[in-house]
Amino acid sequence: METAPEPGGDVPPKKSKLRVQRKQPTLSSCPQAQDPFPGPAPVPAEAAGKFRRINKSKQLPHAKAQTRSRPHAKAQTRSRLEVAEAEEEETSLRAARSALLLAEEPGFLEGEDGEDTAKVRQADIVEAVDIASAAKHFDLNLRQFGPYRLSYSRTGRHLAFGGRRGHVAALDWVTKKLMCEINVMEAVRDIRFLHSEALLAVAQNRWLHIYDNQGIELHCIRRCDRVTRLEFLPFHFLLATASETGFLTYLDVSVGKIVTALNARAGRLDVMTQNPYNAVIHLGHSNGTVSLWSPALKEPLAKILCHRGGVRAVAVDSSGTYMATSGLDHQLKVFDLRGTFQPLSAQTLPQGAGHLAFSQRGLLAAGMSDVVNIWAGQGKGSLPSLQQPYLTHRLSGQVHGLQFCPFEDVLGVGHSGGITSMLVPGAAEPNFDGLESNPYRSRKQRQEWEVKALLEKVPAELICLDPRALAEVDVATLEQQKKERIERLGYDPEAKAPFQPKPKQKGRSSTASLLKRRKKVLDEEHRDKVRQSLQQQQKQKKAKPEGARPSALDRFVR
Amino acid sequence: MSAEDLLAWRPQEELKDLPKDGPPSPSDDEAGSDGERKHWKLLEAISSLGGKGRWKLAERSEAGMHASEFSVGSAGKLALADLLQAAEPASSLATVKRQLKRVQVKTLALPASKEEVARVQREAAFHQSSQALSKWEPIVLKARQAEQLVFPLQKEPAASAPLEHMLRGWTAKTPLEREVFHTLHQHRQPVRDPLLTPVERAARQAMSLEEARTRRAALQRARALQSYYEAKARQAKKIKSKKHRRVVKKGKAQKALGERGPLPEGSAPSALEELDRRETARVMERMGLKHQSRGKRARALAIRTRYEPKARQARQDQLARNKELMQKHQAPDSEEEEEGGLLAPDVDQAQTDPTGSNPWMLRRPTSESREARIPKGPDLLPEPAALEDSASEQESPGADKDTWGKESEERQPLQERWEPSQDAEPVGPQARRDTSHQEVVSEVRALSQKLSKRGRPSRKKPEASSLGAVLPTQSSESMQTKVELGRENYPPDMELPRPVSGGPRAERIPEDQQPGVPRKQRKEPIIDIQNLLTASPPPGTPWAPEELEGDGERGQRQVIMEAFAGDDVIQDFLKEKRAVVEESQPKAVDLTLPGWGEWGGVGLQPRAKKRCRFLVPSPAGPPRKDGNRPNVIISETRNSSMAAHQVHVLPPPFSHPQQFERTIQVPVGATWNTPRAFQKLTTPKVVTKPGHIIKPIRAEDAGCRSSSRSDLSVVQRAPNWLSTQHRRNTDRAALRP
Repeated sequence: METAPEPGGDVPPKKSKLRVQRKQPTLSSCPQAQDPFPGPAPVPAEAAGKFRRINKSKQLPHAKAQTRSRPHAKAQTRSRLEVAEAEEEETSLRAARSALLLAEEPGFLEGEDGEDTAKVRQADIVEAVDIASAAKHFDLNLRQFGPYRLSYSRTGRHLAFGGRRGHVAALDWVTKKLMCEINVMEAVRDIRFLHSEALLAVAQNRWLHIYDNQGIELHCIRRCDRVTRLEFLPFHFLLATASETGFLTYLDVSVGKIVTALNARAGRLDVMTQNPYNAVIHLGHSNGTVSLWSPALKEPLAKILCHRGGVRAVAVDSSGTYMATSGLDHQLKVFDLRGTFQPLSAQTLPQGAGHLAFSQRGLLAAGMSDVVNIWAGQGKGSLPSLQQPYLTHRLSGQVHGLQFCPFEDVLGVGHSGGITSMLVPGAAEPNFDGLESNPYRSRKQRQEWEVKALLEKVPAELICLDPRALAEVDVATLEQQKKERIERLGYDPEAKAPFQPKPKQKGRSSTASLLKRRKKVLDEEHRDKVRQSLQQQQKQKKAKPEGARPSALDRFVR
Repeated sequence: MSAEDLLAWRPQEELKDLPKDGPPSPSDDEAGSDGERKHWKLLEAISSLGGKGRWKLAERSEAGMHASEFSVGSAGKLALADLLQAAEPASSLATVKRQLKRVQVKTLALPASKEEVARVQREAAFHQSSQALSKWEPIVLKARQAEQLVFPLQKEPAASAPLEHMLRGWTAKTPLEREVFHTLHQHRQPVRDPLLTPVERAARQAMSLEEARTRRAALQRARALQSYYEAKARQAKKIKSKKHRRVVKKGKAQKALGERGPLPEGSAPSALEELDRRETARVMERMGLKHQSRGKRARALAIRTRYEPKARQARQDQLARNKELMQKHQAPDSEEEEEGGLLAPDVDQAQTDPTGSNPWMLRRPTSESREARIPKGPDLLPEPAALEDSASEQESPGADKDTWGKESEERQPLQERWEPSQDAEPVGPQARRDTSHQEVVSEVRALSQKLSKRGRPSRKKPEASSLGAVLPTQSSESMQTKVELGRENYPPDMELPRPVSGGPRAERIPEDQQPGVPRKQRKEPIIDIQNLLTASPPPGTPWAPEELEGDGERGQRQVIMEAFAGDDVIQDFLKEKRAVVEESQPKAVDLTLPGWGEWGGVGLQPRAKKRCRFLVPSPAGPPRKDGNRPNVIISETRNSSMAAHQVHVLPPPFSHPQQFERTIQVPVGATWNTPRAFQKLTTPKVVTKPGHIIKPIRAEDAGCRSSSRSDLSVVQRAPNWLSTQHRRNTDRAALRP
């Protein structure tokens, strides 16, 4: 009875700290005492591998033999490479260790054995979660102003929505504080936050307008007319607009200039999305293709035939690995964007999906008339399995816009009946970068971030399929310059010195023997070359499919 | 010997003879005739006529007895005795000759030429200095491989001049200073140089380091003990246990008694008084019930009862009396409790009480009554305890939040009442009052759960509970009533306020808290507020979104699209791809000239085979990225604007772009790295301290002391040459990053 601890009277933390301090000197003073786990804690290779940046898939050629100008080039190169690899190793380990600081864990929804999570209603989830999370599920009943498009700010704190009949509003949706509410007296096609919640781009019937968070019109951009869809590339400060006239226009919002206007030559554009990984714009066309665009090139970076009918919606996941498309053929397909552009999975939906959205953790949401289906994969960034939906929800109107809220397990759905904020456990990244997109940032912090972001703005020309291409050497220019230099000098300064036999004594250095030795080396080199070319030829032969045997009549074929 | 030889020989012989004749005896000189001298002069003049001013030494071409000492050459071995030959043979010289023959004369080696000497010296100097310098090699290597070098290498000692030096040229001027110095002088404190009193200085000299250490340790120990005793006293002061206090008091009394010592002598009134007081104290002590079973007499009595009926009787009487007393005691106890009286029940009684084995359990009535007010699942409700707290009964059952606080306050005296039985009780009443009501509630909950499980009697502290843990105690009934209330407040068609604005709270029901209750059961009784609010029908199967009326036409169109649009799209795409591929392929050069193959007239097409002869195929470019993927067209156009940002020069040690690419692929910025990694990646190679002279490295800095001496010796031996060479080397060692 006396030993029973009091409910409130736990051992204060100070005391325990003291104890630990007392223990340490005894440990160190004892000569036998050894740390059972010496050194830093081991990091699993998988965790560290996530942060590895050196592309080892590229074959590294052997360092050239020494040239006259640099006798130690080989050793120096090796040491430089070793240093680079050691640095990578260390930084990746450090990064993997710091993952310990990511305290938040993603939410999840797991059915008891046999229970289908798709049957779980929003009401059930709301009832099960805590009050703060339950407050994130809400409906805005706005039936007057038609179907709504919506956009979350990059921090996930603010929500802007625009109704077809001109209703535009922006609010801090967590606290439900309204920032502005206006009617632009014109059809609103799309709405999008710019880099911060202070600026808002609205694609209206004729032109593109930019408002601030008070609802004051700042700009009317007449060069972007009849815009149907908007996308903002946050790291490049580019607003991409797709118009009815078939132009994809990039507007640099930091300087207010139009970077390029690309003619997609595919008629009206009304399906657009961005690849968050490499800032490439994906456009869906009526001929079933999806084209990938960069402002640096006048032609698409790639063109993928996805559907037999026109493409209705496109979405790309945050890691840039998967692209989900839905077409008029009622199919929903997921493509691999890592160079192959092949479909990984496909599913025929009863009515086809009109809107698609990927969440930060790789959940795929599809809006099919008035139902929203959400599919989930096995873990973060895995391929969503289209067999069984993770969640479903029926709305009071036709779905018109879908977006997952960043850093919140919330899916915003704009529909003809207003706005619905759905709870989707496990949708968003639980840990945010406080310096990059902080949902709780103050005004001052936002301003500071804005300056920093502008300083770190990525030039628009760098947009390409592989964002790491900047770390590559421009080989074409290098070769060209090398050739010019050789022409100018009259010889190749980096060429390997021709073999010069060493003089030997006791009559073995006769002219004949020198010649013989030189010949030997030259022949060996020649043999190597021939061997290599033979191997290549064999490879090519193997690659060629063994078709039908040639017939004698082939000679008449023209 | 030929005639010319003789001619050449003649004057030499004379010349040779002359000095021999001249110097040996001065007497000869005096006796020497003038004629001879004249003759000599003449001969001189004649020989000078020959054109050469100097005499030519004759070469010895053959062995002869006569050898000139001027023409001693290396041709033959010269015997020293030959040189002694006089003009006239003297017998006295024979002995000397013999002696000289006996003497073994060592021939000295030829002195080396100047160049040779210089070369040997150079070699030796090089060898030594290279040895001396080779000691620097590891240091140079280390410096080259070091990630960071900090200059200057020499650690400058903290330049702190002693106070005495600072005070040397200073005298007291202001009255305050003068006063201070006056005081110092008065107390014989040192004013300057050194700042120690003579006593201190003596102590400092007297005490060795070991002694000082032990003394310091002893002082430290004393200080630690003092603080420990202080802490102990402070803790003891805080102890609330009455038992402890009693023991302390008794101890004090005994101590006082011991101090007072034996009774004062005689029958003084003070002694009588003292005796009386002591007796009274003893009686008071014996009157207490605590000696009934523990005292010496009581124990003896207990033993005796076995054998003596009388004693047994006495014991029973005493027990009966005891019981009577106890009953009398208990009856007013409950009343006093109601009034909040603080009469302490007897310790023994409390221990013998069968129900009250743990005083904490006696608080059960309060908690139970509370639980009764908030009805729970029947399986969770524990049996009401025997004792009822009347105070809590008085409270209305519909009490709200505030009652929780009240109860927590009200529980306070109750606990205090039971505290005497608990020995260690560090938590004060203030802290108890401060406990938040959440904690109280969770505590009560945990307790009741434990009771229902009939687990061990010992209390266990429940885990820190949040608001969510509290809420589940509210039953579904209360929820329903709340919902009904909400409905009364708002018309059914109007929207209820959102959950965050004070609507019915959603509950989080932790699975581990209520393991017995299945999830469905918990869900069902609670009315779905969200359903009420959104008024949406429950969704059907996820696979069948309803066809809307307005959508029919669109659906039709889709069907048409599906029916007709298939192959057309694919064909178009393939055609497009083919065009792109053909365009990207390098063109063959056509070397046909106009008029070729048109012998038969204009417009004839030559055969393809012949045309092929004039086509020069251009080398095939690299394979297309979309080569074997029919559904993709990947543009092969070079992004030249991107190339402007790329590196197009290969820095020196690299021979292939791939090698260089590997070294620039790891990002360095703080955005992509942890702060420590960023720091490490951006450390400067060389750090210099501003405002400090960077001197060349010395052997002492590097840690090789012995090398300096050998350096010096080398320098002394070959100063000119080494000075330049050495400087160059050391400079390289010092400055090489």
